[in-house]
Amino acid sequence: MKQRDLVEAEQLREDLPDFRPGDTVKVHLRVKEANRERIQVFQGLVIRRQGGGLRETFTVRKTSFGVGVERTFPVHSPMISKIEVVTRGDVRRAKLYYLRGKVGKAARVKEKRFR
Amino acid sequence: MKKLIGKKLGMTQVFTDEGRVVPVTLIEAGPCYVTQVKTKERDGYDAIQIGFGEAREKRLNKPLLGHLKRSGVKPLRHLTEVRVDNPRDYRPGQEIRVEEFKVGERADVTGISRGKGYAGVVKRHGFGGGPGSHGAHFHRAPGSIGACATPSRVFKGKRMPGHMGHQRVTVLNLEIVGVRPEQNLLLVKGAVPGPQGGLLYIREAVKRREKSRRRAGLIEMQ
Repeated sequence: MKQRDLVEAEQLREDLPDFRPGDTVKVHLRVKEANRERIQVFQGLVIRRQGGGLRETFTVRKTSFGVGVERTFPVHSPMISKIEVVTRGDVRRAKLYYLRGKVGKAARVKEKRFR
Repeated sequence: MKKLIGKKLGMTQVFTDEGRVVPVTLIEAGPCYVTQVKTKERDGYDAIQIGFGEAREKRLNKPLLGHLKRSGVKPLRHLTEVRVDNPRDYRPGQEIRVEEFKVGERADVTGISRGKGYAGVVKRHGFGGGPGSHGAHFHRAPGSIGACATPSRVFKGKRMPGHMGHQRVTVLNLEIVGVRPEQNLLLVKGAVPGPQGGLLYIREAVKRREKSRRRAGLIEMQ
């Protein structure tokens, strides 16, 4: 499927940092309001990365005013202006769905220690 | 009317400027060659015949080869006819490329749908079927196909099991999302009939043509 790969390749973003489930990230989003554009930041824990190639998406979870909020973004979306990795997490699975049932202290993820 | 012959390459998605994801089908459309020009005086109607897809000379029969030779094009596998208003603007051998279509325009895409084989009534006509368990013996059967002594026959057109798919299907009003002349590529929003590699006919939308042309900026807004 050569030509499909070509069409997809022109849209892939290579400017984004490496991040994995367990990491805490700040996602800088372009938000269009009326005819003005501003940047909105969504900070939280990455609980999954799913799909591959152009179709890949990731989900960020945060607790806002005591309510759990999850947002899923396409990794290669042009609406993402920047992704900042705040901390690297030390987790043992790829999908951190178990965090959904936990609140407060129990919902933390260990930080990765580098030797 | 604008028409091209092409090949379905598969589906992917593209992002719009607003960051929306649009599902698209990639079609390798053209280049097509004019193989014959028909005029009202000689043939009774105005049309051109176009061809697509290179073929080995050995693969075509002699009458067809002779026909193509007359218009001075290489051996082509697929031919189709297009009604045009002005056949005199075309000459045999002329190339027709994807640039015919503009972004934003609507197109109708025709293909042969995937064959599903002999299919039951649930898959073929969307019948509900019965419960799977709890002692039921009525699973995927069609049920009653009519009353008894009156009319004492089954009505024509009664939906029953049978061959499904491998039919000529046309999808109307698909938006053209992208045109890539250098790769002969057409990006069409949504799905089109048939498997990857299947033959497709792409024509300008027959319905709401005015609106389609206006969207693509081909004619002025009123």
